[in-house]
Amino acid sequence: MILTNTTNYFAQLVEYLSGQMGLGGQILAYVIVAAIYLGFFAVAGLLLVYIERRVAAFFQLRLGPNRVGPWGLLQTIADALKLLSKEIFGTSRKDKLLYNTAYYLVIIASLVALSVIPFSIGVQAYDLNIGVFFISAVSSVGVLGILIGGWGSNNKYSLLGGMRSGLQMISYELSSGLAILTIILMAGTLQMSGIIEAQRDGFFIWRGHIPAMIAFFVFVIAGTAESNRTPFDLPEGEAELGAGYHSEYSGMGFAYFFLAEFINMFIISAVAVTLFFGGWLAPFHLTDHLPYQPLWGALWFFLKVSVMIFLLMWFRWTFPRLRIDQLLTLEWKYLLPVGLINIVLMAVLVYFNLVF
Amino acid sequence: MEKIMFYILSAIIIIFAVLSVTSRKLYRATIYLLFVLIAVSGLYFMMEYNFMGAVQLSVYAGGIMVLFVYAVMMTDKIGEPMRTISSKRKILPVVIAVGTAALAIFAIYTYQGIGVVNEPTVTTVEQVGNKLLTYKPGGYVLPFEVISILLLAAMIGAIVIAKAKKLVNREKN
Repeated sequence: MILTNTTNYFAQLVEYLSGQMGLGGQILAYVIVAAIYLGFFAVAGLLLVYIERRVAAFFQLRLGPNRVGPWGLLQTIADALKLLSKEIFGTSRKDKLLYNTAYYLVIIASLVALSVIPFSIGVQAYDLNIGVFFISAVSSVGVLGILIGGWGSNNKYSLLGGMRSGLQMISYELSSGLAILTIILMAGTLQMSGIIEAQRDGFFIWRGHIPAMIAFFVFVIAGTAESNRTPFDLPEGEAELGAGYHSEYSGMGFAYFFLAEFINMFIISAVAVTLFFGGWLAPFHLTDHLPYQPLWGALWFFLKVSVMIFLLMWFRWTFPRLRIDQLLTLEWKYLLPVGLINIVLMAVLVYFNLVF
Repeated sequence: MEKIMFYILSAIIIIFAVLSVTSRKLYRATIYLLFVLIAVSGLYFMMEYNFMGAVQLSVYAGGIMVLFVYAVMMTDKIGEPMRTISSKRKILPVVIAVGTAALAIFAIYTYQGIGVVNEPTVTTVEQVGNKLLTYKPGGYVLPFEVISILLLAAMIGAIVIAKAKKLVNREKN
């Protein structure tokens, strides 16, 4: 099922402005859309850092940031200002060009991946017919930013951190890809809006029962590993590597890496919600008859994503960090075989029509 | 708009390709190659051949380039000059490069089957999959199977090489 672009608000904006002003209008529309996404990127990044700290405090019976602004909401903005005004220094014989392009590569990769995520009905910058595949392809480019940064810093700890990150991301990409494919078998399309549309009569986690559940667990584990979060944060294992690949970055360079990590967490959650929990669809058609559908869609989407993000943060403050050999054993000896068997199981179920 | 994008992407491809060949720093050369590959995937997206573009990104930029970067990371160090080869040994590569370029240009200019369309046609994954698995005329099922056997052989080979010591030790015992 391929949907038309008629209800896409971004496409409508581009059409309207290019109709009014020609080529200049078209470029202006693209700039506006890009600015909206950049704004979302910054706000979501800052908010997620704040939420992470509050959740951490909650799990450790502390209060967390609560002084700057109401409930400490302005704490991360103050942090960002501090990072902006910091003196920037690095190692003396770093490769200047690579050192300075690394974080842009990471940030661009997560921004581009953000552009195909449907936030609500028609709120999606680019409805590619291969949406999910595009996200996993783009996020595999983000690894290179970390590798470049790790090498370009000219520090052996950064290098080790970068190498670990590359190892981990390449390994776990396989599992997350398999988990995505398991769901694609049910949806029959790679298009993000098509996947959501296919779940109108029940979310895939419910309709695909056992294999979908297994796929969900595999996807969440692999996603946590791909976004370099605890318990898989070996690339920045502070006990043995200083701070890993970003130990030589200071000021905004460090902040960019940090922001990209949080946005990657958002992307993982958004993809999980889209694949397994119906994206912006309301559960049990609760709000299908109310006016302002796009607003309700956005509400449900962000509610589901928040729950997923809370789950990922819960992981972070619950599990201890894995060792590198445990990490590779988990992927190659457990997750990958489970994923492969699971996809065959799902194919059999879909073929004999045993899914709901 | 499309014309402008095409020229920008082509400029990126040409500039970074030249830079990647002429750069004296090995690691930078690989990164320039990465930019070339990303720009090529941009061309595929312009042609609305999204699947090919994403494959280009994930296989070349995300897979092969990571391997390249990894290999260079282990061997190269900042501040060390790159080893250069003697001019005598440069002759053969130059001949091969010029010959391949000439062959490609000759093939493009003599082949009559290429038609030019104004509007790009959207190629979906279904079409790609159907073409790959048909045995009727125009299908690619035989190359597909041959490649999968080749990949399987490569995987088994990699495992055997990685486990060679263990296997030998077991036989001795």
